[in-house]
Amino acid sequence: MADKLVISTENEAFLARITELSGETITVCDQCGTCSGSCPMIAEMDVTPSQMIRMVQLGQREVLDSKTMWLCASCFACTVRCPRGLDVAKVAEALRQVTLRKAIDRINIRAIPADELAELPQIALVGALRKLTG
Amino acid sequence: MTSEKHNAAQTLEKAGPSKKTRFPYYPGCTLKTTAQNLEASALASAEVLGIELVELPRWNCCGVVSSLADDDLIHHVAPVRNLIRAQEMRAAGVVDGETRLVTLCSMCFNTLKRSNARVKESADDLKTINEFMYLEDDYDGGVDVVHFLEVLRDVGHERISEAVKAPLAGLKVAPYYGCTLLRPKEIGIDDPEAPTIQDDLLRALGAEPVDNPYKKVCCGSYQIVQNRDAVADLAYDILRHARIAGAEAMTTCCPLCAFNLDRSQREIGEKHPDHEPMPVLYITQLMALAFGLPPECMRFDLNYTNPKALLLSTSLAGEEA
Amino acid sequence: MRVGVYVCHCGGNISEVVDVERVAKAAGEEADVVMARDYGHMCSDLGQKLIVDDVKEHQLDAVVVAACSPQFQGGTFMSTLKTAGLSPYVLEMANIREQCAWPHADAPSEATEKAIDLTRMSIAKVRLDEPLVERTMPIGKRVLVVGGGIAGIQAALDLGDAGFEVHLVERDPSIGGRMAQLSRTFPTEDCAACILSPKMADVPANPNIEMLTYTEVESIEGTLGSFDVTVVKKPTYVDSATCVACGLCEEKCPVSVPDEFEEGLMTRKAIYVPFGFSVPNKNLIDASVCLRLTRGRDVCGLCQKACPHGAIDFDQKPERETFTVDTVIVATGYQIFDATEKAVYGYGRFENVVTALQMERMIVHAAEGNPIRPIKGRVAFIQCVGSRDEQVGNEYCSRVCCMYASKLSQLLKRSDPTRDVYVFYTDLRAFGKGFEEYYKRAQSEGVKYIRGRVAELLEDPETKKVTIKAEDTLTRQIIESEFDLVVLSVGLCPSEGTEGIADILKLAKSPDGFLQEAHPKFRPVDTLTEGVFLAGAVQGPKDIPDTVAQGSAASSRAIRLMNQGEYALDPIAAFVHEDLCDGCGLCADACPTGAISQATGVPTISEALCTGCGICLSACPRDALDLHCYTNDQLLAAVEAALKEGRNGHGTIILVFADDTATYRLADNVGTGKMPYSTNTRIIRVPSGSRVTPKLMLRAFELGVDGILIGESESKSSPYAGSVEAIGRNVSTVRGVLESEGIDPGRVRFTEFVTVMLGKFVGELNGLSEFAERLGPIPHDQRETLGRNVNGKLFGA
Repeated sequence: MADKLVISTENEAFLARITELSGETITVCDQCGTCSGSCPMIAEMDVTPSQMIRMVQLGQREVLDSKTMWLCASCFACTVRCPRGLDVAKVAEALRQVTLRKAIDRINIRAIPADELAELPQIALVGALRKLTG
Repeated sequence: MTSEKHNAAQTLEKAGPSKKTRFPYYPGCTLKTTAQNLEASALASAEVLGIELVELPRWNCCGVVSSLADDDLIHHVAPVRNLIRAQEMRAAGVVDGETRLVTLCSMCFNTLKRSNARVKESADDLKTINEFMYLEDDYDGGVDVVHFLEVLRDVGHERISEAVKAPLAGLKVAPYYGCTLLRPKEIGIDDPEAPTIQDDLLRALGAEPVDNPYKKVCCGSYQIVQNRDAVADLAYDILRHARIAGAEAMTTCCPLCAFNLDRSQREIGEKHPDHEPMPVLYITQLMALAFGLPPECMRFDLNYTNPKALLLSTSLAGEEA
Repeated sequence: MRVGVYVCHCGGNISEVVDVERVAKAAGEEADVVMARDYGHMCSDLGQKLIVDDVKEHQLDAVVVAACSPQFQGGTFMSTLKTAGLSPYVLEMANIREQCAWPHADAPSEATEKAIDLTRMSIAKVRLDEPLVERTMPIGKRVLVVGGGIAGIQAALDLGDAGFEVHLVERDPSIGGRMAQLSRTFPTEDCAACILSPKMADVPANPNIEMLTYTEVESIEGTLGSFDVTVVKKPTYVDSATCVACGLCEEKCPVSVPDEFEEGLMTRKAIYVPFGFSVPNKNLIDASVCLRLTRGRDVCGLCQKACPHGAIDFDQKPERETFTVDTVIVATGYQIFDATEKAVYGYGRFENVVTALQMERMIVHAAEGNPIRPIKGRVAFIQCVGSRDEQVGNEYCSRVCCMYASKLSQLLKRSDPTRDVYVFYTDLRAFGKGFEEYYKRAQSEGVKYIRGRVAELLEDPETKKVTIKAEDTLTRQIIESEFDLVVLSVGLCPSEGTEGIADILKLAKSPDGFLQEAHPKFRPVDTLTEGVFLAGAVQGPKDIPDTVAQGSAASSRAIRLMNQGEYALDPIAAFVHEDLCDGCGLCADACPTGAISQATGVPTISEALCTGCGICLSACPRDALDLHCYTNDQLLAAVEAALKEGRNGHGTIILVFADDTATYRLADNVGTGKMPYSTNTRIIRVPSGSRVTPKLMLRAFELGVDGILIGESESKSSPYAGSVEAIGRNVSTVRGVLESEGIDPGRVRFTEFVTVMLGKFVGELNGLSEFAERLGPIPHDQRETLGRNVNGKLFGA
């Protein structure tokens, strides 16, 4: 059975929050899909980048449950190609920040095997810690 | 841009073998550990060109990435502190008034330049950050962050070719750019879709740059920490496309890209039996090689995929460690 | 001066609120008024006859009608004065209906006082009105059409058939434009060449058209009725009278270059015929690649030797021709987007990526049985290349690409059903007649539409096949598949020659880079330059039916002007007080239409080019410039008249300068809507607020005004370029002076309006009124000090 989409004031609030946090006019996205076609991490994602934006446009908080923004590498391929001039990377950041600012971390250093940890260059560890912790 | 380049070129021209041009230089953490090969080869090659990269005193980690949210000002504090160091260096007369701060690591470049752009654009933000770091001098916005490749671009093809003692003999190299060197457009040092800066440098060194569409695709960056598999798949594609285009080696100028593309080849090999190992070198290592510098400048021992076989197969045998 | 004043009841509309008898009586007491009366309906036949009779009987030489808005019945009364033998410009109307009786219906006594003030203001103005005569200029029947594509051809043929003399100038060696390169046209699939050829042939056949191909416009000076045109005919090095296009020269020519008509898919020789059905159908030599012409007299010349008719002449020189025309039609068309700017699509690098225009040529040749290259297997069309793309700086939609892709795709599918044809789009725009049906036909033919904008193309180094990376946004799946051929549906950009002709004619550009029409709804083929029209894609991307429609529309607009035999110059133009002028020339620099020319001494102002905006007035440091019908003296006299009775019981008086285009009209709309606002407001009509100089404003304050609001049309709806900026500067200047004199700068304001902002107008007026009431009137001594050394305060003397 097809999912139901309910349009309500709660939805508007979520869109407003992400718009404010990202500083981007999310409603200008016309869902062309260029960002998805450019994303290097798309193979692992459950929703595509443009789908992620669509869910934000519709105010669907469920987007926060997806893996997509956590798999984002902030490489900006989407941003430099968006025909509407939207900074898609910033929107992904905003979606991460909603969770991270609740002091929920998305990296568990303890779960990483010691030998891997020893080998990883600081740049990788610091980068991951910066991006994935609140 | 043109007049800036012209002035830069003029400055560098004045520095012959007797007088060196000095730049404040920000290494970043990784260059002191796993990426010592990048630093060693770069500093040595710079010297050949009459450039002295003077390390900033008391520099701190730039933070690698910042939160992209506009209200996360705190992430810009660490980068700006480094800019203050460069400012102090200039004020102390150590770098002949040079306003440019040179980085070797693409990621540090991107992070420092972004923070710099932020405080240059917003006097309010600059004020807030300066007030926060009340123990430091105020940053006056007078530093420009550049990547070493930009400095080399200003030196120019001719002067670099002149310095080449052992041309790379048409070695087919796929220059890998990654993302932080090129994007976003306001920060990037070249066209994000069709960059040529590394290609041009390789040509000046006598190598044959091999174009391929994955040269600007992100290596996966910090995802290596928790999503090794995904990064391995990406690296596989990046290396494969370079191989298909005819490349024998790949160059990069970012320690994270180097790690992701080089180190991951172990895992790639396990997942994808058709993968052929490809040496991933820092472009400065090739430069040091071409300049005929001694092996300790290149530190090939720190590269994960051994380039020995490749280099032996070229006329560069006997030059490497 | 003998002034007659008429106060209209307007059938009760005015008289129910305003005591019209009192107004007439007060008017009658004014100096120079020899008669003043009230009447029921001034605009009626009888009312107008009243004026005509009174002019004769009382020897009136000026008339004031206090009634409805001059924008409503102004024209009527101007005609009345003409009938009475007076200049229509010695008429003033006091707006005591829309701007008095109606908005102040709830305050009849204030309304009456205001009506008296307004009438006095009109009397003060009319005393200084000059009996201007509309100068008429003759206008002939000669037209220049720039551009020989289908728009220019259509316009030229319409004009030629209508008996007008047409000079059609085309920079390429043949007319026909982009349409000549097309295969079939959507949605009917007519063969482009078949329907275009007869039209092209008609052009030289028309005795009224002088067709100048391979010719460029060098300069155009002058105005409507006398555009002096200089064109340069480029040398073809072939005598067209003798050349029969036999082709023997081409056989011998050793130089091969890419053929531009074939979009580089084939080659042509240095000596060539533009294309199969070109008009003229003669050879010409491309001087940039011809060996003889580039290297010297002793080189090559094989074509000349081969020519049996001796048609080749290497000594041909460019020829200048000058002629005068009355109107100009600009039809310089489009060029396709340069796809190399979109590096991700690999155009120019990848073997199997072509543009849609190249595909048109490929289809034409394939249909003739001479395919240029095979089109096999899987083909994809990529939409929106260079359009709707902020990364390349083209935000606009090119309008035709969705349809031409649907056309090319179904042509390909029908001619070989084994082909797999895909169209990657973001939106499919099929808005025209027969378009949706045609798109459906493409779908039923088996063309597959994928909703996803292509992110990148990759080329397989061995097979040269092209991989498309995109998201099918409808199913959220990522596509990374190989295609044998990719066609880029490139957008439309202004043609190369557009910039040059726009500079020559000083034509404005729209934000998208195409040329700007005078009004997007009502004047789509006019420009703001009188006598110059646009037709076709130069005004914006469009398909053939719309282009042809505009070609005919432009010729019709030109004919409309020219058929009248003469045109009237609006006398509301700037003029110079020669005794005050010191020849500094700042006015000439400030004028946005180039109407003012000055070498030394007093400048000359072209009435034809002057739009009456008044920007030059503020540029003059010596107040030497003025505006007919709205002179400085007139406006100040009106202000003085408004303050004759002090403030009439009000604490303060607010002056509103309302521009014709928006604010005055808006004030009328507010009145018509019976929306009340403060009665201490006095509205003065001006063509544009730019006319209100800082000096005028300071003098008005000196005379007793407590607040000034300038209302001007928003730039995008304004016929006056630069007015908003000019007014902004003037108001800033005045604010600065007020502040230095200890007067609150908030007393002077500037607001941009559009005619529907009723609430905003009321808000602004009431706002300023309340502000002034709160501060109180400006103290007398401060007014006096303000008035001293105004020039010094403004120009730092």
